[in-house]
Amino acid sequence: MASVSLKRAPKRVVTFDVFNRRVRTLGMIAFSVAVLAVMMLLAQVLGVDGLQTRLDVRNQPPSWANPFGTDWLGRDMFTRTLQGLTISLRVGLIASALSAVLGLLVGLAAATLGGWVDAAITWLIDLFMSLPHMVALILIAFVFGGGVNGVIASVALTHWTGLARVIRAEVLQLKTADYVQLSARFGHSKMWIARHHLLPHLFPQFVVGLLLLFPHAILHEAGITFIGIGLSPHQPAVGVILSESMRHLSTGYWWLAVLPGLALLVMVKSFDALGENLRALLDPRTAQE
Amino acid sequence: MVGAGFSMLDVSFTMLMLSFVIKKAARLAALLLMLSAVAFALVSLSPIDPVTAYVGADMLRVGPEQRARIAERWGLDDPPVERYLRWLGQVAQGDLGVSMIYRQPVIEVIGQRFLASLGLMGAAWLCSGVLGFALGVLAGGSAGSVFDRLVRWFAYVLASTPTFWLALLLLIVFSVELRWTPICCAMPAGIAPEDVTLAQRLHHLILPAATLSILGVANITLHTRQKLIAVLESDYALFARAQGETRWSLIRQHGLRNIALPAVTLQFASFSELFGGSVLAEQVFAYPGLGQAAVPAGLRGDVPLLLGIVLFSAVFVFTGNTLADLAYQLLDPRIRLAQLA
Repeated sequence: MASVSLKRAPKRVVTFDVFNRRVRTLGMIAFSVAVLAVMMLLAQVLGVDGLQTRLDVRNQPPSWANPFGTDWLGRDMFTRTLQGLTISLRVGLIASALSAVLGLLVGLAAATLGGWVDAAITWLIDLFMSLPHMVALILIAFVFGGGVNGVIASVALTHWTGLARVIRAEVLQLKTADYVQLSARFGHSKMWIARHHLLPHLFPQFVVGLLLLFPHAILHEAGITFIGIGLSPHQPAVGVILSESMRHLSTGYWWLAVLPGLALLVMVKSFDALGENLRALLDPRTAQE
Repeated sequence: MVGAGFSMLDVSFTMLMLSFVIKKAARLAALLLMLSAVAFALVSLSPIDPVTAYVGADMLRVGPEQRARIAERWGLDDPPVERYLRWLGQVAQGDLGVSMIYRQPVIEVIGQRFLASLGLMGAAWLCSGVLGFALGVLAGGSAGSVFDRLVRWFAYVLASTPTFWLALLLLIVFSVELRWTPICCAMPAGIAPEDVTLAQRLHHLILPAATLSILGVANITLHTRQKLIAVLESDYALFARAQGETRWSLIRQHGLRNIALPAVTLQFASFSELFGGSVLAEQVFAYPGLGQAAVPAGLRGDVPLLLGIVLFSAVFVFTGNTLADLAYQLLDPRIRLAQLA
């Protein structure tokens, strides 16, 4: 009997649990960064050689030479996917950076100016949230005439609301915190307080907010590009590749859609894991768990 | 006396309900007014010329004089505020203008297409709600187990999955490889709409609805799981355990009741994502719903239709949120309408 219970006990220990939570969080961050770095480096190393039309290797299923197969022009899908992801990444980076800065400024304005400015901003955020994301994206992309500008503007203008709320709440809370009040009584100037008390709190929030905006920005960029309002076919982002693959669906060339989408999912998930784990690390409530 | 008491209660309930409805209606009206102003202002800023968009392929056959006449007839040269007020006046009378793409009144386009979308979104909404709740309960009840980890992993991956890619995946597996489901549209080609049977319609509905259901599951599963774990860690759960209740009977007796309400509310509040998802899913499956109409409206500059869809989708989301408030009232006796409105 004793031997049975001894045998059963170690089964619950999964190898991952050997490390504590903090090490695991750091490990996940390192892993996500590594995945993204490998993707970006591969895109640079492979270059654009695979994009040439080669009619002798059209519509090849995945193989060692072409891990993602080839398309109807004989182009290497692996190269196309990586290049497409690079484009999506760049667009997503610009859009989410703009969006995060907008969120920061709006959140700060709402919290510090107060009064009617705060009311107006809160109301504007509610207005944005009253509309389905996709409809807002289509509307703003249309207003900016589509293309790269349309994508960047629509993604940037629809993603700031969450961060603005977080920043506003954080500043409002900090303003009434005892140590900030005390600091003011000690005669420190507003700028001094902002730099020494507010900034250290807001900066991590901002960075994490920016990182967590990223996956959404990329997904929505791919979404509106897929339906044709975003990037044009001359900028073969992942959304373009996937919408082209629709025309070849019924022929059974599954790799045209499945593998680039999977790569997109891996990229988005990596950014998501990076943001979430960084948040866990920076949040004092979960950092040492 | 008892009868009088009841009627008193009824009267006060009716009064509360009335004030709830009035307040909600006022909020909706204010929202639509503001939204219409912002949307109209945005659309007038667009570099896409409505006359060019309207003329489209007939570009070569329409001279400058004709274009000027169209612009004049539409009043495009009037100041924006005047145009907005005129448009708003017509909208208030239920006239959203004529869609350039479909060449019929916007209100009819939205009505027809929303009916198609309603079936799709309704099916997906129910499936994802029931499935997500069940998965959440099972995962929360066995927190820490392999099954729980699997469900959590699944939900987190789903949160990063592009809707249109999942739709393509299902299409490849079930329509192209297995040939179980049709490849597109809402009904078989070459059959008059009135001859299409319900079975055929449902057959075409399966994949788009499955796409939206699978994606809708993630949120509600994680939420339900979290809530159930909180309930199981509570003092009253500990007390019930001490009295000899087993884990699953505890969940049945105390758990479900307490987690059903937030789950229902969350599900109603998900109308916004549901609508957004339907745009992408309908695009992949060429399903003639409202979402599929939003795409050409934006792509080809059909301003009346685009504005109509913007206003309509806001009403849709607002309805979801209002239903969530009402669900609170019906399911939780502690919450009263007066607090919500």
